[in-house]
Amino acid sequence: MILRTPSERNALLERSKTVAMVGASANPLRPSYTVFSYLRTQGRFEVTPVNPTIASIDGVRAYPSLGAYAAERGAPDIVDVFRRPSEVVELTREAIAAGAKAIWFQYGVINQEATELADKAGLDVVVDRCIKVESARFNGGLATNGLNSGLISSRRRT
Amino acid sequence: MQDRRFGFATRAIHAGTPPDPVTGSRVMPLYQTAAYVFGSTEQAAELFQLRSYGHIYSRISNPTVAAFEERMASLEGGLGAVAFSSGLAAQLGVVLALAQNGDHLVCSQNIYGGTVTQFTVLLKRLGIETTFVPADDHAAIAAAIKPQTKLLFAETIGNPGGTVADLDALSAIAHTAGIPLVVDNTFASPYLCRPMEHGADIVTHSATKFISGHGTVIGGVAIESGTFPWEGGRFPLLSQPSPGYHDKVFTETFGEYAFLMRLRAEVLRDVGAQMSPMDAWLLLLGLETLPIRMDGHVRNARAVAEFLAKRPEVEWVSYPGFASHPQHELAQKYLPRGAGSIFTFGIRGGREAGRAFIDALELWSHLANVGDMKSLVIHPASTTHSQLGDDEMRKAGVAPESIRLSVGLEDVEDLTWDLDNALKAAVPAPEKAPA
Repeated sequence: MILRTPSERNALLERSKTVAMVGASANPLRPSYTVFSYLRTQGRFEVTPVNPTIASIDGVRAYPSLGAYAAERGAPDIVDVFRRPSEVVELTREAIAAGAKAIWFQYGVINQEATELADKAGLDVVVDRCIKVESARFNGGLATNGLNSGLISSRRRT
Repeated sequence: MQDRRFGFATRAIHAGTPPDPVTGSRVMPLYQTAAYVFGSTEQAAELFQLRSYGHIYSRISNPTVAAFEERMASLEGGLGAVAFSSGLAAQLGVVLALAQNGDHLVCSQNIYGGTVTQFTVLLKRLGIETTFVPADDHAAIAAAIKPQTKLLFAETIGNPGGTVADLDALSAIAHTAGIPLVVDNTFASPYLCRPMEHGADIVTHSATKFISGHGTVIGGVAIESGTFPWEGGRFPLLSQPSPGYHDKVFTETFGEYAFLMRLRAEVLRDVGAQMSPMDAWLLLLGLETLPIRMDGHVRNARAVAEFLAKRPEVEWVSYPGFASHPQHELAQKYLPRGAGSIFTFGIRGGREAGRAFIDALELWSHLANVGDMKSLVIHPASTTHSQLGDDEMRKAGVAPESIRLSVGLEDVEDLTWDLDNALKAAVPAPEKAPA
């Protein structure tokens, strides 16, 4: 299912624990490093880099492929994708084969074929969103920077 | 959690202020603190590298101020906001986020005198030149944009002349030239007009005015849409490695949040013109009543304008709500709920009669502010626009005999009673023509 609303994205993040981050960089200036570091230090998720060109990020071991990740750690709840849009169809097949429950395409990673492929295979799909920004939208992080979370509620958050 | 798109009044009351998760306090607590204890050295490092969200030091962010910022972003339809110590600081922040020595701005000439001075004197000294063009001369605006121009600036309703900007046309001109349209929306407030719905990329406010509504606070805020393409080379302060922040490339690291993050993490941090938590707390309270206040302001303004238009002591009334106003059609298009409550009129007898009129008022407050619940009056030629020469002043839409009113929320009969007395005191009754 393609998740289009904030509440659907929030529910996905709520029910997920493991995130395999494809294309995570060890270079602190890269956006993917920022997202990796944020998710890791938040402690909410067990986040693991999937990148054949690096051994680890901040002491967290990297896997060369989703297949290698799944063989050792089982199916990831979310595959988070930092790759060129032209390269993600094959990657989506790998995510399906790895048993991923959801695939999350980061800002600009827009590929219709990959989106449909994942949707038809029964994965939850998020397109052109940042997992860091969406986490921060629901956990109050965006609001600390005066950013518009779009959330209105008079319920006390626990 | 629901996916409802809540209405304006609901957001004016609720946006940015869910119940406090720690205490359950329904009102946003006043976080009157300078700094925040780190959870660990690792968390501190993550915060300083802008890799996680949280507060470090209240010059950069504060929970109460952030609640005000989020509410303003929600009301203007923006991605986020950064609050400043005043409206002038907010617009200076916007300029400094985009422009540096050697750059250029194009600005409507129908604007607040303080902005004219800031641009022509302060920015010029910093090496940033500004070309002023009439807001309605679209060909001249397009012609004034150069390769080094970084933004086009206008006011929704010009201060004090009441010129209404054609926002759709201005945003089209700016975007064709590859620059953002920055609109000061102080005189309309987001209740009467939301410039981003007409293509504006950045909106600024003096929050001192209708946002506060009570004349208690000096404050400003800049809101950004998150839709302007800052990549591509024209805005190197956003798209090139920043020596002010560990060589971070803001457009790469923050995507659509690039402008807002640079405005806060570099400009606000380095300029130090932050809003105080107490001021943000008062502004949050003010915003709750913005919709009902603006409805009342608009209603009273029309009644006062109609009263003045019938008076023999009054030469002219420049109120965008009147069909005779040059921008009446634009006012109907961009300000369908009403053309605000700040307008000017010319008193018969010129400068001297203007002074006598103001000195004879009892209820209207003679002071240099607008957008208060209390009705306010001023003579721009001797006050807000006194830095400008006669020619500059006329170019900005101000005549020496003009008096600016900011119509408040008192009983309108009391307001016209006071005006009636002062008009009679200031302008001698015309002699009866011989029979």
